[in-house]
Amino acid sequence: MPETAPRIDAEEVEKFEAIAAEWWDPKGKFAPLHKMQPVRLRYLVDQIAAQFGRNPGGPEPFDGLTVVDLGCGGGLLCEPMARLGANVLGVDASHRAISVAQAHAQDMELDIAYRCATVEEVASDGLEAEVVLAMEIVEHLPDPGAFLLDAAKLVKPGGLLIASTLNRNAKSFLSAIVGAEYLLSWLPRGTHDWRKFLTPDELAEKIEAAGLKVVDRKGMVYRPMSDDFALSSSDLSVNYVIMAEKRS
Amino acid sequence: MTEKSDLNGSKPIGLRTDVLIVGGGVIGGALGLALAREGLSSIICDPTPVETATAPEFDGRAYAVALASRRMLRALGLWSQIEPDAQEIKDILVSDGRPGEKASGCFLHFDHREIGSEGFGHLVEDRHIRSAVLRAVEKEPLVTYLDGVRVEDWEQTSAWAHAQLSDGERVQARLLVGCDGRASKVAQKAGIDRTTIGYDQVGLVCAVRHEKPHHGVAHEYFLPAGPFAILPLTGNRSSLVWTERADMAETLREASDAVYLAEIRRRFGEFLGQVELDGKRWVYPLNLTVARSFVGPRVALAGDAARGIHPIAGQGMNYGLRDAAALAEVLGDAARLGEDIGSVAVLERYERWRRPDSTAIALATDGINRLFSNDVPVVRAARRFGLWAFGQVGPLRRTAMAFAAGARSDLPRIMLG
Repeated sequence: MPETAPRIDAEEVEKFEAIAAEWWDPKGKFAPLHKMQPVRLRYLVDQIAAQFGRNPGGPEPFDGLTVVDLGCGGGLLCEPMARLGANVLGVDASHRAISVAQAHAQDMELDIAYRCATVEEVASDGLEAEVVLAMEIVEHLPDPGAFLLDAAKLVKPGGLLIASTLNRNAKSFLSAIVGAEYLLSWLPRGTHDWRKFLTPDELAEKIEAAGLKVVDRKGMVYRPMSDDFALSSSDLSVNYVIMAEKRS
Repeated sequence: MTEKSDLNGSKPIGLRTDVLIVGGGVIGGALGLALAREGLSSIICDPTPVETATAPEFDGRAYAVALASRRMLRALGLWSQIEPDAQEIKDILVSDGRPGEKASGCFLHFDHREIGSEGFGHLVEDRHIRSAVLRAVEKEPLVTYLDGVRVEDWEQTSAWAHAQLSDGERVQARLLVGCDGRASKVAQKAGIDRTTIGYDQVGLVCAVRHEKPHHGVAHEYFLPAGPFAILPLTGNRSSLVWTERADMAETLREASDAVYLAEIRRRFGEFLGQVELDGKRWVYPLNLTVARSFVGPRVALAGDAARGIHPIAGQGMNYGLRDAAALAEVLGDAARLGEDIGSVAVLERYERWRRPDSTAIALATDGINRLFSNDVPVVRAARRFGLWAFGQVGPLRRTAMAFAAGARSDLPRIMLG
C-alpha cells in the first residue's frame, strides 16, 4: 500500500491550539476574521438563499438545510448558520478550538454539533450536506487537492461547496504576511506560509478535479479608510471566495 | 418575538426579547418602531405613565425636525399624524445684537430656496411627536411598551442582558439600549464615562402667542449672554429658546410672568406685535456631554444618553433619531446574517458610524456658542464682520444649510426617503 501524505499539518494545528481561547475576541488574534465576518456572511447567506430558494430576510431561512463547516475553529460561521435555522456540523482538527466552539454555542443556547476530526473521517461516515464550507482553511493544509476530494464527497447533488482563501502573488504576500502579521500585528507571525497559498485558477482547478462545477468567484477587498472588507467581482488579488455546485 | 418564556421548565426567566429599551421618549419609541421594521422585537420601559407623557396641555417645548428625520418619521408611518401640527421653516435669519438694541445690520439670511424644495425642516411641539410615536408603538405587535415601570438593575452574561423591573418582572434581552437622556443611568451602570463641558448657561424655553404672523421665519439672535432663538410654530405662535447666564436665569426663573414677558419683549423687539405666554416656562441647565463610548458588552447608548449637545444648532433630536435609525439598521443587517446582535463585534459598527459624527457636531456647536456668547467689543466687531462675510459666500452658506437640514452622505437607509 502506498503511504498517503498526511492530511493535517501537525505544526499548523499546534499554532491554532495555542491561540484557541481568542477565537471570539474581536480584538484578539483572529481580529481579521471578525473584520471579514460581515462580508463573508453576506456572501454565504445570499448565495445559499439563492441556491435553495429561501428568503434571506425571513425567520430561520435555512430551516431544513444541513451545513458542514470544515475548519470551523471557534464556530464563528457555525453560530450564524445555526441562528438562520440550519442543522450545523462544525469540524476542526484542533481539540481546543472544538472545546471553545462547544462552550460558546452552549452559552448562546445554540444547538450545533461539533467534531474534532479530519475531513477524511467525516467523509467516510457517508454524511451529506446541502452546503459544505471551507473558509480560510485550504492555505493551512499540506494537500488541498486531497482535502477538496473529501469535501466534495460531502456535498449532496444540487448542493454547494464554498471555499475562501488567500491568493499567491506579490500583493497577497505584502498584505497578508508583511501587513497583517508583521506591521499591523493582526495575525500571529507564522500564521500563514505564503508558499501554500493557491491562486483562484489553481483552487478552481482542484475543485473541478473533485467533480464540482465552479459557478462563482469573488474577491474580498480590504478598505483601509473604512477599516472593513467589501466584495469585488474583479479584485481577487488577496482574499477571495469560490463557490461550486455538485451537478446531479 | 417578545414572549413569556419558561423554556428551562423549573426556573421561569420572565420576558424575553431582542432589545430592551430603557427610556420611552421620542428616541426610545422611534428605535422600537425602527427595530420592528427590521423584524426585531423590543420592550420599552419608561417610568412616566403614558397619560402624563402625552397630556394635551401644551408643554412649551418644540423640536426642529430636519429633512432626514422627516423621511424617517414618514417611513415609520408617523409623519402624516404629525404634519398638521408641524410648522415649516421657510427662512432663517441670524443676527448679532444686545438686549434692547436693534439687531445689527450685518445679518445672515438663509433662504430655503437655495437648498432646493425640501427646505430646512419643520418645528413640532414635543407632545405632538411624542403622542404620534406612542400611538404607533401601541399598534406595533413587535413592541411592548411598559409605562410607569423603571429598570431597577441589570447585568450581562455572555449571551444576555438580564434586567429587573420595578414591577417585579424580569426581562432577558440580547441587547439593552439606554435612551435615558444626558444623565443616563444605563451608561453609568455600564461604566461608560462621559466628557462633559459645563456652560455657565441655562436654556429658558417657552412658547408665546403673538399678534402678527411669523411667515415661517426662524430668528437666531446672538446676544452677549448666549443665543436667543424665535422658532415659528403653527398659527401665530413661536417657541423661544433663550440662553442666559446661570446667575441671571435664577432671577428669571423666580420672576412673575409679567416680568418674564417684559424680559422677552426687550430681546424680541416689536416685529411680531403684542406677545403673551402660551404654556409653561422651562429651565434647562446647558452642557455638552459625549459618552466616551456608545457601546459596551450587550449595551448601547442612543440620543442624549450618547451625546447631549447645545440646543443652538437645533440638532439634538435629529441626532437622536439618526442614532435610532443607524442602530436599527446595524442590528437588522446583523440579524439577517445570523449574527449575535448584542455582541461587541456588531455593536462596534454602530459606534464607528455614529460616534465620529457626534464629536464633530459637539465641537462645532461648542465653538459657535463660545464665539457668540461674548460681549468683548473686538470680538463683537469681528463677529459682525464674520457673519456678513459668511453670508456673502454662497457655497459655504449652502453647505452650512445642507448640514443643518441633515443632508449628509452617511445617512441610514430609512432616512434616504
